[in-house]
Amino acid sequence: MWVLLILIVAVGLWVVSAYNGLISLKNQTVNAFKQIDVQLKRRHDLIPNLVNAVKGAMDFERGTLEAVIQARNQAVKVNASGPEGIKQISQAENALSGALSRLLVTVERYPDLKATGNISQLQEELTSTENRIAFARQLYNDTATQYNTKQQQFPTTLVAGMAHAERTDLWEIEDQAERAVPQVDLSRR
Amino acid sequence: MIGFVLFFAWLGFGGDYIWALSSTHHPFPWLGILLTGVAVITAWYAYTTGPEKVLWATGAHELTDPQTDAERQVVNVVEEMAIAAGVPRPRIWIVPDDDPNAFATGHDPRDSHIAVTQGLLTICNRDELQAVIAHELGHVKNLDVRLMTTLAALVGAVLLVREGMGRMMRGGGIPTRGRKGKSAGPLVAILLALWIISWIIAPLVSQLLVLAVSRRREYLADAMSAQFTRNPLALASALEKIEGAAAPTTSIKSGAAHLCICDPLGRRLTNSEGWLADRFATHPPMSMRISRLKGMGYAQLKKEGGSFTSSAPV
Repeated sequence: MWVLLILIVAVGLWVVSAYNGLISLKNQTVNAFKQIDVQLKRRHDLIPNLVNAVKGAMDFERGTLEAVIQARNQAVKVNASGPEGIKQISQAENALSGALSRLLVTVERYPDLKATGNISQLQEELTSTENRIAFARQLYNDTATQYNTKQQQFPTTLVAGMAHAERTDLWEIEDQAERAVPQVDLSRR
Repeated sequence: MIGFVLFFAWLGFGGDYIWALSSTHHPFPWLGILLTGVAVITAWYAYTTGPEKVLWATGAHELTDPQTDAERQVVNVVEEMAIAAGVPRPRIWIVPDDDPNAFATGHDPRDSHIAVTQGLLTICNRDELQAVIAHELGHVKNLDVRLMTTLAALVGAVLLVREGMGRMMRGGGIPTRGRKGKSAGPLVAILLALWIISWIIAPLVSQLLVLAVSRRREYLADAMSAQFTRNPLALASALEKIEGAAAPTTSIKSGAAHLCICDPLGRRLTNSEGWLADRFATHPPMSMRISRLKGMGYAQLKKEGGSFTSSAPV
């Protein structure tokens, strides 16, 4: 009798903690996804200022700068939601990343330019911005993986239905061109 | 923390008990109450003001308005790593010292501080700085900072109290046993011996506690740095650089040594292995840490199918 009671209480406690663990991971995943948005928004806001700051010094590379601005405006315009929306957003953002990395490569090509205070600052800010987005995605992927693993693993999977836990998608790089990009290591000083 | 208070209560009340046994009058346990009170207050004080005390002791100044490129870079790097770790951005402090080192302090991720020395900013490249900051944020995320900072303050308090008591005892003199307490002779003797031994080992015990906790945590923070940056080799090369410049970090006192990324005292113990070093060093041997990180790095490269030279930061 007592054994049965203790067993029921123990199982009950386990269900509660497993349920709460899943809910907590679910919310962390949602939050981590929002963080990516925050960082993308930050990049949109930053780019016009940065480009304005170096416009004078980089007049001869007007085309590269304009490409950046154009890609930025394109990315701001995308305002869709749902799985299709995420695809569109990530396409526009990837285009912007491409334009920015071309700008950084261009800057690398002119050693004289790097001596100017503004340009080295631009370089640092761009590197940092790209890093922030990358790390926000990394955090999202890590948290989502943890969440997915948890809800699929054996004892917890019994509670997964109760917690409305569903598999979340990881953030992936879609087009092959972007995947091939990692080239110039700008993090070296 | 509770252990600390209880230990002090034993020191105080135990002393009173012995005193009461050995003398006929003096029934009021003033020493016990006093010492327990002192312990409670220091423990509370250590917990609440620990971070400020540690930062103050190193002479760090807060970086609120970055001016130079290096300062801007460190602010950016800290923000990036805070994103990677999923914690709020800690406050950033600069320690005016040419020796490379870094430490973290605070109560929880919402209230944390990261301090780096000027020397670290000069010798590390961006990747290495990132790895070091990630290591410190690992401490923050694990809540090591709370434990370590409190321990740092407590070790200081124990040393202080013992010094004070020692002076008082030499001045006042302890009651000699056997003069009045004939009835409870052996018991008093044993208790007195235990009590005195406790007094002697008090600082040692607290020190050992700090050490045992801190070495384990260093490996964990190294691993977390690798998780956040996905670049364990950067931390390995940063540690190599820091070790290479192993002049003692003069502005960091021994009380806060276990908070730093590498032993600021430049003790040779840290670099040796074996039983003694295992027990008494604040940090695991540098060579062990570096080789573990390199192991992670090679495993990662193998998985990605890249070559070593292409992504290893130099």
